[in-house]
Amino acid sequence: MTVISTTTDTDALTLTLVAEFAAPVEQVWQVWADPRLLEAWYCPPEFPATFTTYEFEVGGTAEYHATGPDGTRYPAWWTITAIEAPHRLEYTDGFADADGHRLDDPAPTRNTVTLETIGTGTRMTLLCRFDSLPHLKQIEAMGQEEGLSQAAAQIDGLLARASAGSGH
Amino acid sequence: MVVDQLSPAEVDRVFQALADATRRDILTRTLRGEQSVSALAAEYAMSFAAVQKHVAVLERAALVTKERRGREQLVRGHLPTVRRAAEVLAAYERIWRGRAARIAGLLNETGEAP
Repeated sequence: MTVISTTTDTDALTLTLVAEFAAPVEQVWQVWADPRLLEAWYCPPEFPATFTTYEFEVGGTAEYHATGPDGTRYPAWWTITAIEAPHRLEYTDGFADADGHRLDDPAPTRNTVTLETIGTGTRMTLLCRFDSLPHLKQIEAMGQEEGLSQAAAQIDGLLARASAGSGH
Repeated sequence: MVVDQLSPAEVDRVFQALADATRRDILTRTLRGEQSVSALAAEYAMSFAAVQKHVAVLERAALVTKERRGREQLVRGHLPTVRRAAEVLAAYERIWRGRAARIAGLLNETGEAP
């Protein structure tokens, strides 16, 4: 069962998301630490992500792109600014041009992920800070897609639970 | 898509304008109703010129409109821009809700082995 709350602060320009997962902290950490797992969820299924570089260390770089339904690639990057396995990850996430050069303007977002044990599961808190905003067209387009893919993911989750039997 | 009407530079101006507590307060007041700059200035422990400067920053970001009527400068909150900023935050919220839901789905798949 996933419990999610989100808080957007239009004054401080932050988004806080809290999600709880029925899996131990180490397992949730892996969906961030392993680029093959990361690709399975970071972008919507209609815009699958491919990570071509993934240096999971402080100061490390990630290069990735989302591929749209029409084959258009949306290149992007991370810089990892803090890692405290398996509890905390901080990274900056921004867009790049077609040649992979980082775009400073519009400014990237700064993200802090915190994982903590609650009972037998994990609480993940994401704090996303905006100094300004990345490509509005892309973000808005992906945001619209999320509405559909989120529903699909929830259905998948339900089916997975149902097929696993009575669960816990 | 309404959000597309704001260029990145315009969005920067909106977010910079909103980064200050006094400007946020001025915006809140002028969204409730039209205010003269002198009426606004009376609300804050700062000079008329300082308040005027804050209003100018809000005006450049299209968060308020200013109109001269006789000797008064009347300031009014511009709701469409405020809405667009909220829409952008909402877009991010949808993105992260989607990501969390997919993580949950992934953990369900990988976590089924006893």
